[in-house]
Amino acid sequence: MSAVSGAVETAPITSLHALRSADPGDFAVPTGREEEWRFTPLRRLRGLHSDAPLGQAGVRVDIDAAPEIDYAERIIAPADPPGFLPEDRVSARAYAAAGTAHVLTVPKEAVASRPTIIRVTGVSDEATAGHLVIDVRPFGKAVVVLDQRGSATYADNVEIGVGDGGELTLVSVAEWDDDAVQVSHHQATLGRDAKLKHFQITLGGSLVRVSPSVRYSGTGGDAELYGICFADGGQHLEHRLFVDHDTPNCRSRVVYKGALDGDDAHTVWIGDVLIRPDAVGTDTYEYNRNLVLTDGARADSVPNLEILTGEVVGAGHASANGRLDDEHLFYLMARGIGFEEARRLVIRGFFGELIGKIGVPEVADRVTEKIEAELA
Amino acid sequence: MSTLEIRDLHAAVTEADGTLREILRGVNLTVADGETHAIMGPNGSGKSTLAYAVAGHPKYTVTQGSVTLDGEDVLSMTVDARARAGLFLAMQYPVEVPGVSVSNFLRTAVTAVRGEAPKLRVFMKEMRGALGDLSIDPKFAERSLNEGFSGGEKKRHEILQMEMLDPKIAVLDETDSGLDVDALKVVAEGINRFRARPGHGVLLITHYNRILQYVQPDYVHVFVAGRIVEEGGPELAKTLEDEGYEKFTAAAGAKAAS
Repeated sequence: MSAVSGAVETAPITSLHALRSADPGDFAVPTGREEEWRFTPLRRLRGLHSDAPLGQAGVRVDIDAAPEIDYAERIIAPADPPGFLPEDRVSARAYAAAGTAHVLTVPKEAVASRPTIIRVTGVSDEATAGHLVIDVRPFGKAVVVLDQRGSATYADNVEIGVGDGGELTLVSVAEWDDDAVQVSHHQATLGRDAKLKHFQITLGGSLVRVSPSVRYSGTGGDAELYGICFADGGQHLEHRLFVDHDTPNCRSRVVYKGALDGDDAHTVWIGDVLIRPDAVGTDTYEYNRNLVLTDGARADSVPNLEILTGEVVGAGHASANGRLDDEHLFYLMARGIGFEEARRLVIRGFFGELIGKIGVPEVADRVTEKIEAELA
Repeated sequence: MSTLEIRDLHAAVTEADGTLREILRGVNLTVADGETHAIMGPNGSGKSTLAYAVAGHPKYTVTQGSVTLDGEDVLSMTVDARARAGLFLAMQYPVEVPGVSVSNFLRTAVTAVRGEAPKLRVFMKEMRGALGDLSIDPKFAERSLNEGFSGGEKKRHEILQMEMLDPKIAVLDETDSGLDVDALKVVAEGINRFRARPGHGVLLITHYNRILQYVQPDYVHVFVAGRIVEEGGPELAKTLEDEGYEKFTAAAGAKAAS
């Protein structure tokens, strides 16, 4: 059976994201009935959500930092700035088990001369916890690529701080092997006039669940969250976005696009945007579109916008799941282009706009190639 | 010599509820190269359906009759094979295809129709020439296909494709609708360039006489209620302009009632 569905979350966003704690014991083991877990096949999580012991040997982390960027390993201390606080049991367990964090610091006013590459390579299926910190100090500017491959069972947290006037582009690529399982939380805090461009490109893995969130600590913060995912038969790729507007005059844009090709390919996109009473002058828009290419694939898309002040600049969302447009294919084929090539052109075009925004040519090329390969 | 032959063509559209509704009721028409045929008719008479049925749009089902191009059975070909065989349809409402650039699309289409990829430099030169002929800004080539184009830009772009793909028979579906007089002249010049070259036939579907002042047809066919009810020379277009379609629609109605 194929389904193209939009579901509705039942609880207000405020309550869904209310609990944050570094203590895993504060979060009950999910049963699958919770709003936050109802789309995720828990039995495939290999106990990441319950009590599977988490070690540190399942992945290898290699850092190739731009010369302007400082790299260090640091013992995780809960009180460290910019203030990471887990939002669910997996994140809290990963935080408690990671031990040390890989910390990249972009010094004040430093501008990185080239992208910094963080390679995360899965080397065994031992359940592993990881923690990464990207700390952009005021007016610092950097591009960071988080390149994740191999075979792993991985629960990780990425703690992102962009200081006043700073700019960070983070491109997270999940190109895991077919058997990998990952549950990941990216938590960003933006200072005054800080800019974050965040990409999550999810192509490989058996089950990948990524939850990027953004909070603002000063006015004028600007977050752009982009996502590309391509789910093959049997893959479960889930993205749960949360933008918490609690500060005046901040902006957010969310654009996620997915394609599904094959039996039991499943994508989930949750876009929670909360505009709290103090966040006057907020400008937000979120958009999700999924191309369901074959029968037996399923895309769930749930945008949620909760607005608690009347004084916003703009607040909107759009979500659409659909098949390849017959009119597009007819137009191209009526010019002599064969079906398979017409299909490739349309799909390439569908992702092209987002790939063009990545701004790191090596990554953009690789994503294009990978998508071409998926279509071949 | 190229000849498009349409014989006793019946076609139906698939409605939203899945049922078929017959629109074409026995169309007979022969278009040879060197000839320009105009099909004129009131709204809803099935003119566009004829164009789409010949091109192979999936929404239309041919229930009876035949279409051949130089003796080859067109109806058994896929949509893309029809285009490669030498048929072209300029659409009334060209669709927007996000993220596919005009130049990439044209190069892909030209490669498919010609059977080999033109050298990039040669292709670019050819495309720039064609753009210039139709007074289209060269920057246009890097835009997404039809996305954000004005009505006039879309129609000029259809003619651009026709000139580059160089079909044997071009079917132009209300290419003149929605054009101001300047754009109409540019489009008409394109059609005239195309048909002036040997080996090309044109089937021009239109609601108005206006474009026929710039593109003189050899034959005019009046299309009413799914079939051709009258044929003549260019003077017939003038008669239709002056007298309207009432005479023909009334006759078709009377015939249907009898």
